[in-house]
Amino acid sequence: MESKTIDFERGWDHVYKGIKQLRRILEGLPEPLFTSGEYVMLYSTVYNMCARNPPHNYSQQLYDKYREVLEEYITSTLSPSLRGKRDEFLLRELVKIWVNHKVMVRWLSRFFNYLDRYFVDYRSLPALNEVGMTCFTDLVYREVQTNIKDAAIVLIGKEREGDRIDCSLLKNVLDIFVAVGMGSMERYEDDFEADMLRDTGAYYSRKASSWIEEDSCPEYMLKCEECLKKERDRVFHYLRSSSEVKLIEKVQHELLVTYIDRLLEKEHSGCRALLRDDKADDLSRMYRLYCKIPRGLDPVADIFKQHVTAEGTALVQAIGAASNAPGVQEHVLLRKIIELHCKYMAYVTDCFQNHNLFCNALKDAFKVFCNNTGTDSSSAELLATFCDDILKKGGSEKLSDEAIEETLENAVKLLAYINDRDLFAEFYRKKLARRLLFDRSANDDHERSVLSKLKQQCGEQFTSKMEGMVTDITLSRENHAAFEDYLRSNSAAHPGIDLTVTILTTGFWPSYKPCNLNLPTEMIKCVEVFKGFYETKTKHKKLTWIYSLGTCNLSGMFDQKTIELVVSTHQAAVLMLFNTSDRLSYSEIMDQLNSTHEDLVRLLHSLSCAKYKILSKQPDTKTISRSDYFEFNSKFTNKLRRIKIPLPPVDEKKKIVEDVDKDRRYAIDAAIVRVMKTRKVLGYQQLVSECVEQLSQTFKPDIKAIKKQIEDLITREFLERDEENPNTFKYLA
Amino acid sequence: MPPRASKRKSAPPNSSSVTSSDGRSVSNKAKTKGMDKIDRLFNTYANSSLGVIDPEGIEALCSDLGVDYTDVRILMLAWKLKAEKQGYFTQDEWQTGLKALGVDSLTKLKKALPELEKEVEEPSNYEDFYIYAFQYCLTEEKQKSVDIESICELLNLVLGVQFRPQVDSLVEYLKVQNDYKVINADQWINFLRFCKEQISFPDLENYDATQAWPLILDNFVEWMREKQS
Repeated sequence: MESKTIDFERGWDHVYKGIKQLRRILEGLPEPLFTSGEYVMLYSTVYNMCARNPPHNYSQQLYDKYREVLEEYITSTLSPSLRGKRDEFLLRELVKIWVNHKVMVRWLSRFFNYLDRYFVDYRSLPALNEVGMTCFTDLVYREVQTNIKDAAIVLIGKEREGDRIDCSLLKNVLDIFVAVGMGSMERYEDDFEADMLRDTGAYYSRKASSWIEEDSCPEYMLKCEECLKKERDRVFHYLRSSSEVKLIEKVQHELLVTYIDRLLEKEHSGCRALLRDDKADDLSRMYRLYCKIPRGLDPVADIFKQHVTAEGTALVQAIGAASNAPGVQEHVLLRKIIELHCKYMAYVTDCFQNHNLFCNALKDAFKVFCNNTGTDSSSAELLATFCDDILKKGGSEKLSDEAIEETLENAVKLLAYINDRDLFAEFYRKKLARRLLFDRSANDDHERSVLSKLKQQCGEQFTSKMEGMVTDITLSRENHAAFEDYLRSNSAAHPGIDLTVTILTTGFWPSYKPCNLNLPTEMIKCVEVFKGFYETKTKHKKLTWIYSLGTCNLSGMFDQKTIELVVSTHQAAVLMLFNTSDRLSYSEIMDQLNSTHEDLVRLLHSLSCAKYKILSKQPDTKTISRSDYFEFNSKFTNKLRRIKIPLPPVDEKKKIVEDVDKDRRYAIDAAIVRVMKTRKVLGYQQLVSECVEQLSQTFKPDIKAIKKQIEDLITREFLERDEENPNTFKYLA
Repeated sequence: MPPRASKRKSAPPNSSSVTSSDGRSVSNKAKTKGMDKIDRLFNTYANSSLGVIDPEGIEALCSDLGVDYTDVRILMLAWKLKAEKQGYFTQDEWQTGLKALGVDSLTKLKKALPELEKEVEEPSNYEDFYIYAFQYCLTEEKQKSVDIESICELLNLVLGVQFRPQVDSLVEYLKVQNDYKVINADQWINFLRFCKEQISFPDLENYDATQAWPLILDNFVEWMREKQS
């Protein structure tokens, strides 16, 4: 192709011919498409008119002509076809002319392409595409934008009412809104979306106001779910994805947020009723609907908490009022609480997807009623007794291993809700001691598994003593084997009685009152022999003997037959007195034994007034008095060859509570000192809250107790009140 | 004279003699005439073998002043004298105190008493006096607290005029409660704070137990509220 300068008129003539051809094609007339040769010609013509030095450079004129051509095309051909049309027809026509316009612009731009390459940049002018778009916007869009917006919204409204509409039409129309924005979504958002959202809001507001009156909560929720789904489909089918968030928010606001209270509080079908009637599906739906809404779940969680609290409190009261025998009643209470816990835990996991709000709601609810059993025993004690019942031999449960594990697991979980965890630890420890020492533990594995569960829940410190206790038992067994070896090698030292000694490490075990009972000589010998053995092992440790925890097997030579009696060491000491005396008075026994009145009454009662009367008492009353006389009851017999004579334990409850209170005072004292040592100067309220925080793992301290300790520390000159500000304390190093 | 905290006679303080800068004892005629008079007044009441004014001397002083020995003004005098030991005035204390009062005779002392009252009641002095009253009752070595009965009397004496209703209720409570057998310095100072801080009486509406008030006051307020309901 020769490059030669070309005259403007001639050049433009050529191009204009091409344009006319294009228009005819667009009108649908039987016009052949451009061949590539023709295209090249047109392109080159433009090129020749532009790639010249002035005065033969006609770029500007061509650029202007381009716009003129388009404007002319629009005003003469496109716009007229829109006039007079409304609604869907308008939309269809608009889409049609839009398509035509696009084709026109595309081809024109191809012809005039050379302008785009250099001229446009050189003069910082809008590119040809842009020009094309601007023309359309100015001459077509601006005129019809309101009408098409309205028409589109009407269509959407129809679809909402159930009519089928032409989705692709709508999609195309909305494409125009986007295109007109020329890279930004402003036109789409301002000229269409805003009103569409408003209309949506109004629509759902109307619907909601009638639904909320007529429908039950589940029905309403179902409708909401449906609507939300449909709106999402709408976005998928023709709305822009950027509209989704705003649209859904609008719908949620009208349907769910505005009426949240009325919905949840619906008398027979609201949240409370759903919980009461175990409607898991509906509750799950409620969760799904509200979890996306900020703070939407708060009222739901609140109702859940209230419901659980009410159920739990009612349960506690009902069982408290029932006239079962104590002990049974409390066992039942705990089992029911565990059931309640499992039930509502399932709700939290299944319906409420383990959401934090609901986990906490459950926790708070249980904390309310778990600490208030309405009986004499604290919940800490009840829980410890409950575990003891399961773990001891012949416990009230005849369950499979898995069932036991599960029950224990659930019981330990309850511990998280009890404030007096340290009290539980004490009771548990006491009962564990009895199980271990009197060989009442049903299953070692279960014992260990509970301890590891407790450790997980409450930390290592919580269970370290208990674990020490279990270890002691194991060590004692080993020790016993060594003792037997010792006896074998020193046969002269053998006391003549089989002896097993369990060595307890002080500190692990609960504190026991040592007693100064006079033992029979046979037993004294045993003690001496063991002491001898122990000294060969270590000289650094001191043994303190606690006979109250021992057991003794005696042969009772009754007239009819010899029966083996399994008794406590103290009981044995009493009985053996009768080897040397036929008849003893209370005071004689007292003197010989060197016991306290309290203990002696208990001992004698168990031997003479209980199920098995090994001693006969004169007078034969039901209680022990200090003027009674006792004799060996040789007439006693029983069909069994071996009987156990139980000695009911002293009620240690009061002592345990006292011990724990004392420990708490030390703990509070230590906590205050710890805090003040670090902070040096601290306000009263902050000091209290930090102490509570520090102690929260173990127990919930009484504020008054903290105050008392602070005062005590002031007197002991660890702290002083600030002179300027009496609510602030200073640490005195 | 403030209530005697112990019936036992505690050892009197050492009587010290002031030495002037050249080391000579002051009891020579080089002293000023005024000091002389003060000393002579001192000797009128002092126990000659101990060299200090002892409780008997103070009683005598009281009757000469026309004031009951349980009168608060004697406590104020003790405060002014900065007397360390309850029931005793040393010569130093006597001299310094009377000089500060600007008196050197019995009549002048008598006249100075009302002014002394005013001085004590000045806000800047009052708290000092209040604390002094407590410490004055700590007669044993290492004693840190005062028994309830003495505290009640002290409260009456020291706070009674200004805060009669509070003191009456507080004293009633202290006598019936069982938690505390003695009161320490911290609790004592807080009694004053309680009265001063305009806790509305007797409804005690604006008392806030979540503040760092001593526990005894929390209990007192609880007791008051129960009584009134």
